[in-house]
Amino acid sequence: MKSGSNLEKVLEAGHFSVTAECGPPRGADPDIVRKKAAFVKGTVDACNVTDNQTSVVRMSSLAGCLLIKEEGIEPLIQMVVRDRNRIALQSDLLGAAGMGVKNLLCLSGDHQKFGDDPQAKNVFDIDSMQLIHLAKTMRDDGVFPSGDKLEGVPEFYIGCAVNPFADPFEIRVPRLKMKMEAGADFVQTQCIYNMGKFKEYMELARREGLHEKVKILAGVTPLKSAGMAKFMRRMVAGMDIPDEVVERIAAEPKEKQAAKGIEMCIEQIQELKEMEGIAGVHVMAIEWEEKLEEIVGGSGLLPRPVVE
Amino acid sequence: MLPCTGRIDESLLLKGFENGADGVMVVGCLEGDCHYVSGNIRARARVERVYDILEKIKIGPDRIRMYNLSAGEGAKFAEYANEFVEQVRALGPSPINLVRAGKGQAAIKKEAT
Amino acid sequence: MITGTPKPIEEILEMLDPYDNIILAGCHGCVTVCRVGGEKEVQVLASTLRLAREAAGREISVREVSLERQCDPEYVEQMRPYVEDHQAVLSIACGAGIQFLAEKFTTTPLLPGINTGFLGVTERQGEWSERCQGCGDCVLHLTGGICPVTRCAKSLFHGPCGGSVQGICEVDKSVACGWQLIVDRLVALDQMENYGKLKPYKGWNSSRDGGPRRIIREDMI
Repeated sequence: MKSGSNLEKVLEAGHFSVTAECGPPRGADPDIVRKKAAFVKGTVDACNVTDNQTSVVRMSSLAGCLLIKEEGIEPLIQMVVRDRNRIALQSDLLGAAGMGVKNLLCLSGDHQKFGDDPQAKNVFDIDSMQLIHLAKTMRDDGVFPSGDKLEGVPEFYIGCAVNPFADPFEIRVPRLKMKMEAGADFVQTQCIYNMGKFKEYMELARREGLHEKVKILAGVTPLKSAGMAKFMRRMVAGMDIPDEVVERIAAEPKEKQAAKGIEMCIEQIQELKEMEGIAGVHVMAIEWEEKLEEIVGGSGLLPRPVVE
Repeated sequence: MLPCTGRIDESLLLKGFENGADGVMVVGCLEGDCHYVSGNIRARARVERVYDILEKIKIGPDRIRMYNLSAGEGAKFAEYANEFVEQVRALGPSPINLVRAGKGQAAIKKEAT
Repeated sequence: MITGTPKPIEEILEMLDPYDNIILAGCHGCVTVCRVGGEKEVQVLASTLRLAREAAGREISVREVSLERQCDPEYVEQMRPYVEDHQAVLSIACGAGIQFLAEKFTTTPLLPGINTGFLGVTERQGEWSERCQGCGDCVLHLTGGICPVTRCAKSLFHGPCGGSVQGICEVDKSVACGWQLIVDRLVALDQMENYGKLKPYKGWNSSRDGGPRRIIREDMI
């Protein structure tokens, strides 16, 4: 065991794993986190806590992790390299590990242009690939990148994100390989709607044998409405939502679109469960955490396994 | 003598105003008919830049204008010249000339006292 | 070259408010090429300032000067005989030139007439774009001659990020994804083996983060 986290145990035991995510609030109110945690509890193996996603300022990821941990959920800390240099990143890794956070997701972070403070100075001292390497160096070698010995080693189950749909398509799999070689134990993908293109991606990943070396969790996001699908397609860079997906939900009357979105999400998880090399799903029910139980349960993934 | 409006640059146009002009009329060849290929197109761009400058410093942009004519259009030239003079007359003296005239008045008054 | 853009005339007039006798100094170097601070721009700006101030009822005397380069001491010294006869110097050279004048003429206020931009190239007349951030540790041999520090909005060393769509960067539709350019070039050069390698953390101490940089060439001193 690299970290001894619940997520690691479940995946290593060969179970199909489930993760979800909680976005911390735009303010200091901890009850908002606790309320979301109540929806997540019991439905996942670990829950991501986002790090100022889309560069919109929110409560810190570490604080969010501690709050959900108090509620009995295993946290997975997201860490972006946009806002912190290597000094702050190392320090936060130590702090998170010290507080019992055992899962880590290394990300670049959306450009600050999209957030509250487009005039902010970005950092990008090291990139997400190098953050993976940094966390692995600290965990496996017990030293800082400077070579100094650590007083207590941060034992993280190290993850990364990949977008199987962003361009150029031909380097997406080599990039996953590079992340694996840098030290990623698991990967969560960008939300998948284009299953055809994702299958192509997995075919290439399997050809390289990557699915045996890194646990691949497929990302899904239930659509609340046809409007949401169109909005995401237009506004989110690298989001590939095929016409037939939009048409299928748009064919429903407005009041039934949410239920259809959940039905489609469950169908998709069923299909992913059967796909070779997929170790789990990452369900991003954005501001819709109350539907998690219905989705995960509907997919036949409840109760979650307990691995000692 | 300028052989082509392409030789006119912004500073030359501004100098006209510094030297007391109330308006500056630039007359070039017809577009597409420049002996030097694109001299009149360049002149138009420069006139537009000076137009912007005059607007920003509150001299009034309408005091500069570019016209295009062929060498054989004497009557049209007269028509354009009259039109532009009328336009500038309607605007009155440039703020520079107003200030200078005011100072002149003050100087005459001072001498008288 | 070092590029720049003119400051708005309103801002320059506000800076000049306390003065009525100044030098306007241009430079024959980069700023001449990018048409923001050469001899012609000195003439236009000087006329503009004189007209604006006279129209406002407060004349200003502007001495027009253009130095060969404002970043070399021998040219800067050419101004020394008359600098003190003026209340201020407005420079439309790059930030390096303006500061060099300020350093050499310590009793005269130096004012910037342009906003200095970046190290770039001329795409066509009237369009310039950035190529180099002067980070002090060039990796162009590994990246197909395209700089990841400058051309990627996140300066990633292992791009592209998820925001690259059909060769366009998420930051702006008019911006090409630097890493798409790099990958395309590496493929064309048959150098994709350079792509898959994990690169060491960049030493930003050779960039601005190490404080103002100096180059000392002992062989030339």
